[in-house]
Amino acid sequence: MKINRTFTQRLGFSLLTLVALFTVIPILGVIIYIIAQGAPAVSWEFLSGFPHDGMRQGGILPAIVGTFYLTLGTAFFSVPLGIAAAIYLAEYAKENWLTRLIRIAIINLAGIPSVVYGLFGLGLFVIFLKFGTSLLAASLTLSIMTLPVIISASEEALRAVPQAFRTVSISLGGTRWQTIRRIVLPQALPGILTGVILGLERAAGETAPILFTGAAFFLPRLPHSPFDATMALPYHLFVISTQVSEMPFKIQYGTALVLIVFVLSMNLIATFIRSRARAKRQW
Amino acid sequence: MAENKIVIQHLSLQYFDGTESLRDISMSIVANAITVLFGPAGGGKSTLLRCLNRLNDLTEMKTLAGRILLDGENILDPQTDVIALRRRVGMVFARPVVLPLTIRGNLTYGLELADEKRKSRLDEAVERSLRQSALWDEVKARLDDPAIALSGGQQQRLCLARVLALQPDVILLDEPTSGLDPLSTGKVEASLQELKKDYTVVLVPHSVQQAARTSDYAAFFLQGELVEYAPGTEIFTNPKNKRTEDYVEGRFG
Repeated sequence: MKINRTFTQRLGFSLLTLVALFTVIPILGVIIYIIAQGAPAVSWEFLSGFPHDGMRQGGILPAIVGTFYLTLGTAFFSVPLGIAAAIYLAEYAKENWLTRLIRIAIINLAGIPSVVYGLFGLGLFVIFLKFGTSLLAASLTLSIMTLPVIISASEEALRAVPQAFRTVSISLGGTRWQTIRRIVLPQALPGILTGVILGLERAAGETAPILFTGAAFFLPRLPHSPFDATMALPYHLFVISTQVSEMPFKIQYGTALVLIVFVLSMNLIATFIRSRARAKRQW
Repeated sequence: MAENKIVIQHLSLQYFDGTESLRDISMSIVANAITVLFGPAGGGKSTLLRCLNRLNDLTEMKTLAGRILLDGENILDPQTDVIALRRRVGMVFARPVVLPLTIRGNLTYGLELADEKRKSRLDEAVERSLRQSALWDEVKARLDDPAIALSGGQQQRLCLARVLALQPDVILLDEPTSGLDPLSTGKVEASLQELKKDYTVVLVPHSVQQAARTSDYAAFFLQGELVEYAPGTEIFTNPKNKRTEDYVEGRFG
């Protein structure tokens, strides 16, 4: 009996370890495969040049710059709005029907398929507000999509700051806002930043929300104003993978590699901020 | 003749969740003395303490009636400037909570909230408050270290110093030594005896022994009621009320 039980336990552990390992395989597989296929395409010319010959030659600079601008634009709208909403929810709001409604809205916002955001952005920003297919409209659409992530992460970070700090600050004659600005926000900042970066990272990699709102099939120049349309890495990848015939394989994978490096390096920054903050935390 | 710093008149309070409450409390707290509020848990001592600087505002209340006069002014009045009140009536909590700042930052925090920017004033407040709480010699060389690096006893004395830096009129202490070793407790109690020369001190002690050791006046609270209020020398040697006597002699607790 005893041997049997030990054997069952070993078998169980081995199986669980194996299953856990399986989660690593896809991400490693994707990265290794894309590096292997895409690395030969990446050169200075690829990163700094414009595409030509029906995008079959040259570089992807407009797409890189476009994705960079889109990320910045999204941050410009979603970060202040998201943090402000989180401060309201975590620090000021009482539990009542209004806050419950806001929370339900946030949860549902996070569950909407990204292509629906794209359609909504087309209706509201592009057509109704007459922003046209533009950086501005695409950034606003991505902002709406990113908001729930930023709000939830920021609210969680704010709530993690011990209540006792607030009581002490108020007992020393602090107002609620002084307490938030001087104690709570600085302590929550690493958590907020992590959430912000993860939200923006998702926005940077999205195709559907910008599809109808700001992404251009091909543009031989960089966007000059928020009202210009722009190329973007994820959409460019979609285009050259499905819409252009006789597309060299390595350009597709080179583009994918650049996109994945862009997104993963944001991820890395977030991880770095988080681990540094954990080491420094005083509570 | 001792001057009444705080006069509490028919104070009744009930929290929304039905926890600890106060029933028709009337008492006067004398200036430049240590007044001890003691009794078993849930008696209303902490609640009363938190009313004295309106920290009870942070908890939802079902009923609040009566008046608390501080130097003759009713601080429960909705018109009261609670920010100014909390600067005049400082509070030290049971668990030492140092803010995530430096030692100096903890001490200057209250003054900076009040827009004090002059470095000379801030430096003066740091040194004075640390001397008053008997911490100066231990920390003067490392004022810019994180406050969290201090020991538990030092942290609690820093919390006391942080209140003193604001030069309040009244100091409230809610079981300030409950987590401290006897040596640190002794230091805090010694500080209190010094402080009452300049301040009005209201203390919720963590034991009857501490109540007896430190009090000039003592009030015995039981289930939201003020049972007996008398000079400490009387209440601990010759209590008038049977319930006070039973508690003081350790028949219940």
